[in-house]
Amino acid sequence: MYFADFNSLLRMDGHGGFVWASYAITLLVLLLLIVIPLRRRRRLLREIHGEQRRAAVASAAETGRAA
Amino acid sequence: MSALPAPVFCMRLLRRQLVLALRRPAGIANPLLFFLMVVALFPLGLGPDPSRLASFAPGILWIIALLSSLLTSDTVFRSDFDDGSLEQLLLAPQPLYFSVLAYVAAHWLVTGVLLSLASPVFGLMLGLPAQALPALFASLLLGSAVLSLVGGIGAALTVGLKRGGVLISLLILPLYMPVLIFGSAAVRAAVDGFPVAPHLAILGAMLCLAIALAPLSIAAALRISIDA
Amino acid sequence: MWTFFHKLGSPPWLYKISGAILRYLLPATLLALVCGMTWGLLFTDPDFRQGNSYRIMYIHVPAAVVALAGYYVMAIAGAISLIWKMKMADVAMKCCAPVGAAFTFISLATGAIWGKPTWGTWWVWDARITSMLVLFFLYLGVLALYEAFDNKEAAGKACAVLSLVGMVNIPIIYKSVDWWYSLHQPASIKFTGESAIHASMLYPLLLMIIAFYALFACALLLNMRAELLHRERRSNWVRKLAQPEAG
Repeated sequence: MYFADFNSLLRMDGHGGFVWASYAITLLVLLLLIVIPLRRRRRLLREIHGEQRRAAVASAAETGRAA
Repeated sequence: MSALPAPVFCMRLLRRQLVLALRRPAGIANPLLFFLMVVALFPLGLGPDPSRLASFAPGILWIIALLSSLLTSDTVFRSDFDDGSLEQLLLAPQPLYFSVLAYVAAHWLVTGVLLSLASPVFGLMLGLPAQALPALFASLLLGSAVLSLVGGIGAALTVGLKRGGVLISLLILPLYMPVLIFGSAAVRAAVDGFPVAPHLAILGAMLCLAIALAPLSIAAALRISIDA
Repeated sequence: MWTFFHKLGSPPWLYKISGAILRYLLPATLLALVCGMTWGLLFTDPDFRQGNSYRIMYIHVPAAVVALAGYYVMAIAGAISLIWKMKMADVAMKCCAPVGAAFTFISLATGAIWGKPTWGTWWVWDARITSMLVLFFLYLGVLALYEAFDNKEAAGKACAVLSLVGMVNIPIIYKSVDWWYSLHQPASIKFTGESAIHASMLYPLLLMIIAFYALFACALLLNMRAELLHRERRSNWVRKLAQPEAG
């Protein structure tokens, strides 16, 4: 390990702000890249499931009325 | 009735486009007026100091030429798309590659060539030294042909869309950059007394590549837009 | 070979296999990313000229490499979908654009932040930064064109044509921007030659490049899975899939 203690790791001889800011931005963007499609997939599955349930309820009511 | 051979067909298409353009002289004059007005904006924005204006002039003139070519490229296929004649063109037996080239050539003759003919006047207004005027003319003449070809790709991609106006600039401005770099560099070289021929040769090479490839993509894009 | 090709064209198969791949690829990628970042941040010596700020390189360079490669992946997928009318290639092309744009954004943002301690300004019209900016515009153009079409099938084809045009233009743009920069290069910010990179810095960089490539693949596959569900929402396999999930 290059840095002697946690404080010097944070400061990085005055460059800490730049280094940590760019790593933070990168991690944020990468996190969004992973999370957004995952959330979209989950939402789609939920929507499709809801549609199916509504369709099932509607068709059940239809057969009920016919009988 | 047998089909017309492709060269004859293309010449007729070209003549038709030119006649259509000449019937509406205002449409031809608009890019020139736009050029003039933007030229007038720069001294107002940058200050009237002739030496400073002259040092920026190559870039300014090239950027304005690029913008006026961009503004008009939206209209290349628009009216023919609206009245359905473009669809007829796609069904015609003549190869689409050459017909598309005729459209682009008409656009170039009406905007690019006229702009380059008028450009020495605008160059003088911005204090460009007289020895750079031939380079300005030649680089604009070659470069605007590339701009018309590349602009045709954007026009063909967006012709089916109702709100294509801003989109087309987003699509093709990045592709204009190499032309801008070498075009303005040619004028700057002439101002500084360096040889202009290498820059013009590169612009010519870009033109060759654009003539070879751009009509292919324009044709493909037109088919997609018509199908949509 | 051909059966593989046919299977690639089948949405349920692609959905299943991508799920299986992601189960291993995603944790491995995250592990490589964490290892590479820790290695680069903590266990390498600072550069003798730039000090510690060079540690930004471990994310800046991989992001730039992947952003450029991503455009080629997009254009090639677009070509495949145009030539062989392969639906899955169209999905891949559509999903490449936002991922590639995100990587381009990372490389631009980190480049700007890196520029402040190195050159003293946030933004320099340096050849590479300018080319990356143009690449960003090209990605945005594809995204905007896709959004502008109502007919999504035509949107895919139009974007494929545009990305192919962009692919032909990228080398030209790079070369001309490079040349333009060498013409106008101000003396104050000149890099004094590309110093040969030391091995102790090279290995974490290579690890990060691999991790970023893998991350691109993960994000692409995740996006493709969501897009597949969206496009195939009326089909039987999606209905069956939705049944137990939210049940």
